[in-house]
Amino acid sequence: MDQRQHGMILEIDRLTTRYGALTALHAVSVHVAPGELVALVGPNGAGKTTLLSSTVGLLEPAEGTVRFEGRDITGFDPAANVAAGLALVPERRRIFKDLTVAENLRLAGTTVAKSQRKQRMDEMAELFPALRTKWDLSAGFLSGGQAQQLAVARALMSSPKVLLLDEPCLGLAPTMVDVIFALLDQLRSQGRTIVVVEQQAQRVLSIADRGYVMRTGEIVAEGSGPELAGRSDLFDTYIGGS
Amino acid sequence: MTQFVQNLIDGLGNGSTYALLAVGVSMLFGVMHLVNFAHGELLTISAYVIYGMRSNDISWWATIPVAILSAVMLSMLIEFVAFRRVRTASAFTLLLTSFAIEILSHAAWRIGVSSTPRRYTAPDIAFKVVEVGPFNIEVWDVVSIGVAVACFVGTAIMLRTTMFGLSIRAASEDFDAARLMGVKANRVISGAFAFAGLLAGIAAALWLVRRGQADPRMGAEPLLKAVIAAIIGGLGSLPGAVVGGLALGVAEVYFRSWLPSDLQGLTDSFVFVLIAVLFVVRPQGLFDVQSAERV
Repeated sequence: MDQRQHGMILEIDRLTTRYGALTALHAVSVHVAPGELVALVGPNGAGKTTLLSSTVGLLEPAEGTVRFEGRDITGFDPAANVAAGLALVPERRRIFKDLTVAENLRLAGTTVAKSQRKQRMDEMAELFPALRTKWDLSAGFLSGGQAQQLAVARALMSSPKVLLLDEPCLGLAPTMVDVIFALLDQLRSQGRTIVVVEQQAQRVLSIADRGYVMRTGEIVAEGSGPELAGRSDLFDTYIGGS
Repeated sequence: MTQFVQNLIDGLGNGSTYALLAVGVSMLFGVMHLVNFAHGELLTISAYVIYGMRSNDISWWATIPVAILSAVMLSMLIEFVAFRRVRTASAFTLLLTSFAIEILSHAAWRIGVSSTPRRYTAPDIAFKVVEVGPFNIEVWDVVSIGVAVACFVGTAIMLRTTMFGLSIRAASEDFDAARLMGVKANRVISGAFAFAGLLAGIAAALWLVRRGQADPRMGAEPLLKAVIAAIIGGLGSLPGAVVGGLALGVAEVYFRSWLPSDLQGLTDSFVFVLIAVLFVVRPQGLFDVQSAERV
């Protein structure tokens, strides 16, 4: 408990979220230490996306708290959370297709001082070479992999202290999945704190520091990533073949 | 041919007002999925401001900016008092809220001022006609078209180059995703209401200079036309709103010109039949819109 109170950058404590009469999260607790890569895995409908949405303020939890750097941010506006350093790459990317790649990034720098925005965009061009040549292209014309890179680049524009990624490999070709996993590795080596929801459970758990397995809105197992990746009982019972 | 061009100029002058209103209607629909039937009340307050100031012999040069400012202020006030609290409610709730504001506004003007029209004298320029070759051109039509074009160009530049403009475009496409980028929901919505109020105030000034009277229900008809114009263009599309507004204005003038005098009272009916035919062919309106998550 002491470690949770003093060492964690993100503490989600007994979070319950409802959609009308349906309870999607049942008192879920997740804790993330600085520099960790934490994986959330589980079958469809487990509540992973609801958990991330409730964490950043897109959904208002019915009960429980979210603490970021020790501060209670439960129910805060997502914009305030981005400014504080908590960014989400949403499921299905949700890039702005009518805006150019550069405009997407510029908008994502809304919380950054104007003097630093250009420099941050240059950094993104360096980190994501595939986007460099598409700068003035409408984002709607990007391939799935490029769109995902733009989605991550957008989130990184605000230099978040914690980056949440919701199914970054969804709908991508296998070669692009490799690119995304390489990117995760790169971000992690830069010391970034990452929480990732991913359907490719085995693969993401094997690189994660810690992992949580969710099912029907509850945490059913937690532990170190490689340990969870090696537990065939979990995959058989909760996650399915992966 | 002369009559054709003459009607075109008259129609564009007429349609400029609709287009300015329609851009505001479409912008608010984009960011909030709200068809704001209270938007016409911005014309009404501008009219009463003009009536009040002109009754006290205050010059038009001072009156027009104040009339425009009153529309901006009322638009922001409506957002803050009425819509902010129901922002996340259903589209039906938002629609009912807008009707409630409209009805309250009518009642307030009736009780506070009068149910009968209040008249003011239009300036000479409002009906001044100059002959250019075979055409008789109303100067105010030229002013209206010029001001409207300047507003549309200004709006386009604002949307392309400013952070507020990017926020509006992004929020129109996916509001929640915009919030995840750090866009503040209240700020972008309040800004959209202010900008829509500015365009409505300018539309009001262009229209009211010639109208010469203020009455409680005067905003309803132009607002209805603006909503139709926005739907013609593709609700949520700002270029579509401009094209829809101008097309509606031009269609009205052409029908009025072509119809026999005993059928001219049915001009709107003929225009609406034309619009119905358009919607059979293109139900989504003239412009396709990438839409849009609810707020």
